[in-house]
Amino acid sequence: MKPPPFAYSVPATVAEAVELLAAHADAEPRVLAGGQSLIPLMNFRLAQPGHLVDLRNIAELSSIRLDGDALVIGAMTRQSEVERSPEVALAAPLLAEAIGLAAHPPIRNLGTVGGNIAHADPAAELPAAVLALDGELVAVGPDGPRTIAAADFLRGPFSTALAADELLTEIRLPRRDLAGVRGGYAFVEFSRVHGNFAIVGVAALVELDGDRIRRAALALTGVAPTAIRAHAAERALTGAAPDPAAVAAAAEAAVAGTSPSGDVHAGAITRTVLARTYVRRALDLAISRARDER
Amino acid sequence: MKPQKHPIDVTVNGRRHSTEVEPRLLLVDFLREELGLPGTHVGCEHGVCGTCTVLLDGASIRSCITFAVQADGAEVSTVEGLARGAELHPLQDEFWDKQGLQCGYCTPGMLMRAQEILAANPDPTPEQVREGISSNLCRCTGYQFIVEAVLAAADRLRDGTAAGARENTEVRS
Repeated sequence: MKPPPFAYSVPATVAEAVELLAAHADAEPRVLAGGQSLIPLMNFRLAQPGHLVDLRNIAELSSIRLDGDALVIGAMTRQSEVERSPEVALAAPLLAEAIGLAAHPPIRNLGTVGGNIAHADPAAELPAAVLALDGELVAVGPDGPRTIAAADFLRGPFSTALAADELLTEIRLPRRDLAGVRGGYAFVEFSRVHGNFAIVGVAALVELDGDRIRRAALALTGVAPTAIRAHAAERALTGAAPDPAAVAAAAEAAVAGTSPSGDVHAGAITRTVLARTYVRRALDLAISRARDER
Repeated sequence: MKPQKHPIDVTVNGRRHSTEVEPRLLLVDFLREELGLPGTHVGCEHGVCGTCTVLLDGASIRSCITFAVQADGAEVSTVEGLARGAELHPLQDEFWDKQGLQCGYCTPGMLMRAQEILAANPDPTPEQVREGISSNLCRCTGYQFIVEAVLAAADRLRDGTAAGARENTEVRS
């Protein structure tokens, strides 16, 4: 199995990469990050880009840093590096937990955080985690950088707000001020085989203020064309006691407005039932973690 | 149209290769066909089965979904680099001893992945080994003997026991 021939460039800077994408627009160029989604598609010849712009030599795109109130992850940072990062463990443990469910270590060793999000597989874990974290994506094009909220970035299956000549450069995750509250997180999913794409996945964040939920964030995969936020469920949880009744009501609210389409992996009803169950499990785990936090 | 070639400088099992490759050349094909190292197997060719696993700068990767150009400037380790002459690596030795292979198709990938698992955690539990090798498919053994082999190799590597210095080596000669 061989990918079709393509022209190849290895720019050293973001500006150069953007120029290459514009200059070779006729060849329907694609960006090569880790290649762990794109190269299988090229092996099957489902993707046949005429030009690949490989970002591996752009050092500035591989970094994990704190910038004021945000944790900033360069788009080319390897998933395994983010998974093990002490900064991420402190500021966004939900993301590390989501990465741990994405494929297997050999894929995560080359696969990048930015590549996964820009690929926008509707079943992927990372877009859901970034959505739950109120993340922002920074894209650079010929007119310079722009910042896009995760909810606006994810347009549909394998479809994002990125223009053809734009490059995803950074993932910005705001750090919540948890003074006086206890925070908990959880990413849980159902997949038929460990390491496969999830049929349904749920990202949950809760903040407990005494015996009340001050804030909750929930994002789901597998029930819509992209990862989605469950706003109705979040509203139902806000101000409620973190008890089984509130969790059950939130699980109902989370699936109430969804109409998943069934496929060969799972029918629509299965997905709905799984989503309800996994929202409950995610909230239970997030709440218990918040309670255990000292 | 003559295919465009791209220069790469890659070290494989300690030996440096400066050459030019077509950008679409997969790392596994570079290893097997250009360097004559057929120990790395081609399986599913879309990153699922794991038999093409090699180490890139010490980290396991799927060489069937990696372009050779992506290994430019890196060190690649393949199954051919495990043994020292006729002396098998403890992992290879224990796969033999514990019957961690039957058809052998998954073995090169299993060995390279096991190397990374033991480098990160020299004293894993059976569950950790099982979880670790879940990235690699084996259709013969049911995995049990592979787990036993990796655990036995871990013991020997921790003890610093030289490969082949055990009692039952004579059964192989």
